[in-house]
Amino acid sequence: MNVRFYIWQRATAAVMLPMILVHLVVIFYAMNHQLTAADILSRTQGSIAWGLFYGLFVVLASIHASIGVSNILREWGHMKARLAEMAASALGVTLLVLGLRAVAAVVLP
Amino acid sequence: MSNASDVLQVSLWRGGAEGGFKTYEVPLRPNQTILDIVTWVQRNLDATLSYRFACRVGMCGSCAMMVNGHPRWTCRTHVAKVAQKGVVEIAPLANMPIIKDLAADMRQFFDKWVVAHGAFAGSKTRADEIELIKPAEPARVAVDAAIECINCGICYAACDTVRWNPEYLGPAALNRAWSLNNDVRDADHAGRLAAVSADGGCHNCHSHQSCQAHCPQSLNPTRSIAGLKRLSTQAYLRGDLKP
Ligand code: SF4
Ligand code: SF4
Ligand code: FES
Repeated sequence: MNVRFYIWQRATAAVMLPMILVHLVVIFYAMNHQLTAADILSRTQGSIAWGLFYGLFVVLASIHASIGVSNILREWGHMKARLAEMAASALGVTLLVLGLRAVAAVVLP
Repeated sequence: MSNASDVLQVSLWRGGAEGGFKTYEVPLRPNQTILDIVTWVQRNLDATLSYRFACRVGMCGSCAMMVNGHPRWTCRTHVAKVAQKGVVEIAPLANMPIIKDLAADMRQFFDKWVVAHGAFAGSKTRADEIELIKPAEPARVAVDAAIECINCGICYAACDTVRWNPEYLGPAALNRAWSLNNDVRDADHAGRLAAVSADGGCHNCHSHQSCQAHCPQSLNPTRSIAGLKRLSTQAYLRGDLKP
């Protein structure tokens, strides 16, 4: 962990926090209005706003998680810095691909 | 030593890393310290017992050991406060290699002070005026809160991050760096900030405050490290730091 990783980890967390709140509100809204999957898809498909919102969230989460996991691998897995960074980068890319695929599935028309 | 209430069961670490605990019976005395116990064993039961101390009054920082699992300055730790049902277990300081018995090898601990630029870098000669520093200036207040470290290594032994990451500079060295970077007379603020912002530096601290809870001088390395993180973040965002 150096100052660059530290700032990226904190900054991504700071941006994700309000986004998580929005996400929770969305869940409550969908529950309260008893929206079906079809209702939800009809709102998200073709929506640039939701696509950007969740797309950005996926990018932030991938960065945040890979820095954290790299640290965990070093501290608890006693991995060398290089190896931990490589493993964590692989995880970050996996999260990014899976996340963006999921976003695409709900927003692409 | 027949009366159990007058006798302490003391387990002392014997040998090097491969050693183990050996139990001794030590007479209980009023106002006895942990260092008194160790000294009693060495004088009365086994003269080969190795341990380290100097001042016996909490000034030199050389007598720290693990007492019932916690790092403590043994010369100022009363047995009555820490004994658990008449049992005391004493081991060399954690997070350091064992030399022998209760003596830990503190070289890494001190080497990291050097890595953290723990030495004052003067910028003046004796011909210059003496710098006037007002006691109420915020930088001086920050220094006041962080000095009086006796280099005992207790915080270092209490820190999980040191245990997990051998590169981590640790609470004492970083606390020292913070006090020097608040010293207006020091000429190495930028170099020191770069040193403590690199891999192994202040950003590894998890802020769980074990160092602060154990420091016998009631210092708060966690707060000092938070200060370094702040300085380092500002310098990085200004473009003054390139990790
Ligand atoms: S607060 Fe930081 S330096 Fe102190 S014990 Fe925790 S990780 Fe170590
Ligand atoms: S900060 Fe406290 S615990 Fe750490 S070395 Fe200094 S006096 Fe000892
Ligand atoms: S012997 Fe000096 S601090 Fe304990």
